[in-house]
Amino acid sequence: MSVIVDAKHLVFRYQETTDEDQSPKQTEPVLKDVSLSIEKGSFVAVLGHNGSGKSTFAKHINAILIPDEGKMYVEGMDTSDEQNLFAIRQKAGMVFQNPDNQIVATIVEEDVAFAPENLGIAPEEIRRRVDDALKAVKMYDYRKHAPTQLSGGQKQRVAIAGVIAMQPDCIVLDEPTAMLDPQGRQEVMETIRRLNREKGITVILITHYMEEAAQSDRIVVIDGGKVLLDDVPKKVFSQVETLKSVGLDVPQVTELAYLLSREGISIEQDIITSEECVAALEQLLR
Amino acid sequence: MNSLSILETEELTYTYSAGTPFEKTAVDHVSLKIEKNAMIGVIGHTGSGKSTLMQHFNGLLRPTSGKVMLDGQDIWADKKKLRDVRFRVGLVFQYPEYQLFEETVYRDIAFGPKNMGLSDAEIKVRIAETAEMIGLSEELLGRSPFALSGGQKRRAAIAGVMAMRPEILILDEPSAGLDPKGREKLLRQICDYQKKTQSTVLLVSHSMEDVAEYTQKLLVMNKGKLFCYDDTPAVFRRTEELCGMGLRIPQIADVMHVLRKKGYDLPQDIYTVEQAKDAVLALMRKGGAVC
Amino acid sequence: MLKDITLGQYFPVESVLHRMDPRFKIVEIMLFIVILFAGDSFWILALGTVFVMLAQRLSNIPMKMIWKSIKPILPILAITAILNLLFIDDGDVLFQWKILKITEGGITTSLFMMIRIVLLIIGSSLLTYTTSPILLTDAIESLLSPLKKIKFPVHEMAMMMSIALRFIPTLLEETDKIMSAQKARGATLDNGKLTERVKALVPILIPLFVSAFRRAEELATAMECRCYRGGDGRTRLRKLKAEARDYIGFAVCMLFLTASVLMNILIK
Repeated sequence: MSVIVDAKHLVFRYQETTDEDQSPKQTEPVLKDVSLSIEKGSFVAVLGHNGSGKSTFAKHINAILIPDEGKMYVEGMDTSDEQNLFAIRQKAGMVFQNPDNQIVATIVEEDVAFAPENLGIAPEEIRRRVDDALKAVKMYDYRKHAPTQLSGGQKQRVAIAGVIAMQPDCIVLDEPTAMLDPQGRQEVMETIRRLNREKGITVILITHYMEEAAQSDRIVVIDGGKVLLDDVPKKVFSQVETLKSVGLDVPQVTELAYLLSREGISIEQDIITSEECVAALEQLLR
Repeated sequence: MNSLSILETEELTYTYSAGTPFEKTAVDHVSLKIEKNAMIGVIGHTGSGKSTLMQHFNGLLRPTSGKVMLDGQDIWADKKKLRDVRFRVGLVFQYPEYQLFEETVYRDIAFGPKNMGLSDAEIKVRIAETAEMIGLSEELLGRSPFALSGGQKRRAAIAGVMAMRPEILILDEPSAGLDPKGREKLLRQICDYQKKTQSTVLLVSHSMEDVAEYTQKLLVMNKGKLFCYDDTPAVFRRTEELCGMGLRIPQIADVMHVLRKKGYDLPQDIYTVEQAKDAVLALMRKGGAVC
Repeated sequence: MLKDITLGQYFPVESVLHRMDPRFKIVEIMLFIVILFAGDSFWILALGTVFVMLAQRLSNIPMKMIWKSIKPILPILAITAILNLLFIDDGDVLFQWKILKITEGGITTSLFMMIRIVLLIIGSSLLTYTTSPILLTDAIESLLSPLKKIKFPVHEMAMMMSIALRFIPTLLEETDKIMSAQKARGATLDNGKLTERVKALVPILIPLFVSAFRRAEELATAMECRCYRGGDGRTRLRKLKAEARDYIGFAVCMLFLTASVLMNILIK
């Protein structure tokens, strides 16, 4: 498989000006040497506590931020080259946390049309893309609705459709479920998984929720601006102590297995689903 | 638990846009008694009426019919006393950091107590106490609330209501959007606050794991009606019914439930990881399942 | 609740008038206003009434809604009528009491003014009842597009208008929420002296502005991420397209215009 996102030794710091002298203050870098390559068609979850640098990393993928040192390549294009800007943003779409603040238009289908309109695509083709995108997120029946009439989960799906309409190869979602209720979260997760599976779109999901990360192919844990862990979910979650030490959690069943093993009981440490947990406990108790 | 009740509702009903085609009964004949000195979880999916119900408790909404009584007094009997009701029943909305407005964190927290007409000396004492309970350092109190981190802003806003020392404190999803460690820390601090002040705290939450961990009683709303108001373990025992209304039970409770169904002799009321570990260990010592 | 306030006053039903090209509707309504104000005989008003009645029929807007649009201006109508009655001294004196004098001319003028204003309001309400705000914005952008040649920022204006339309309900809802939150902290908003009331707005307005700026910043980033780069080279999903009914409608309007011009000449 080919690489779609390739980060090479990224270093980034936010410029802050102090109140007194307005001169740039040298701050601690938010990203310190992040190298990561993500393969086409994969579903990668990025975990980390608030302030770990995970959102900053996400913003590098579609050139909202440009690294101070190192390079970020998206489909081989260097994000620091101004000429690649729109090509990169079209290839790597981005969905943000607050669904209200990324919907531009007063009607669902017009909002989905926003990006293709910006790209100067012919109206008939826009129509086709808008319909396809809305069907892909199962919001076609709501195409004439006003965004204010929708639930949080529905709004977030419209935002995803707005990105899909650019026909990107990759979607970066920055905590898309943080402001949603459990039902909305489930809707969004199903949509993301379906797009990844059926359309082969590469998904990079920044999240706080361990259940969501558990559904990915690969988890990258970022802490203090560095990649701390990078492996399949089972392997990452089995590192209970490391995760807890950086302010993260593990699924309850993983934690149970961990607690039992500390009591000297031999049980697999890579349990992440309820089914696996039931099976393992049955073995123990038999 | 203290059985003396402080807040009661009697056949409380609230209808939005009554008399129009958009008419919707958000709260439907709810009668309940909230007791003093308790940590209570409030659950129900979006649109179940739980937020609307909470806004009746401090008189922000007026019932279409029925009553809300604080210490046996109908809160709507004398409209002039409504403001006092709001001081006695504190309400923290979702994302409360969006209500911060003062120049310093200290002054923002002081807004509520000042409205109560407390003396500056009294306010100072309360702010110091509250800041300590919620984990805001003294240095932060002098800063602009807009310069704080997300978690600190949230704490400052919650402190603004806590400093009024309400007898009942209602928090609507206080931990929404925080990371796992931040969530746990904040909820612990809220629990400590409840214990120290001996007040009643209502914790509105979508997280079954959180209410399982931190509350003794649960108020469950479904489609505008009160589904039940009971001790937390008793509520979780009604697994099927909860799932039927779109609520999940904690993952660990679900695993235990499945094992029990398969005939393993595990006790009923397990809904935290710690409890599950002890139960499994106990069962292993007994020598496994009794099928 | 604040969010229940309807924006503009679009009344979504199916009708020919709803389907008509908004650009035509705007131009036609402007012609209508010109006719109303240029004409000075009751015949013109009669013609205008026929025109408005016809439009109402075609719009499927219930009479109740038409009445609703007139209701708020009733005080203005009354004042206009009274002023005209009292101060126009023309023709036979019908009634006199001390310095108050009502003349025939006063009565005709005040009637004339009243009918003119009512027609004007009904006409423009029919435009806003049958055209969604977003279509109005599009039409204005399209009608003003020749001004691009003199560097007038037509696209930017239209974009600002549509973003405003999008965010007004959101911000109203937010205002509602902030007000509730401050009330829960004992803020009093609805009593006290004027200075106190103004002061009481601070805890509402500051959070609202902070939030509006935060939203603006996030929206700007989101728009950039979706490749927004101004109006150049931008296409549209929905093209405003004139159809047969628009030309017919326009022809009818021209007919009314000609009729009124002829009337004006003939009557003089």
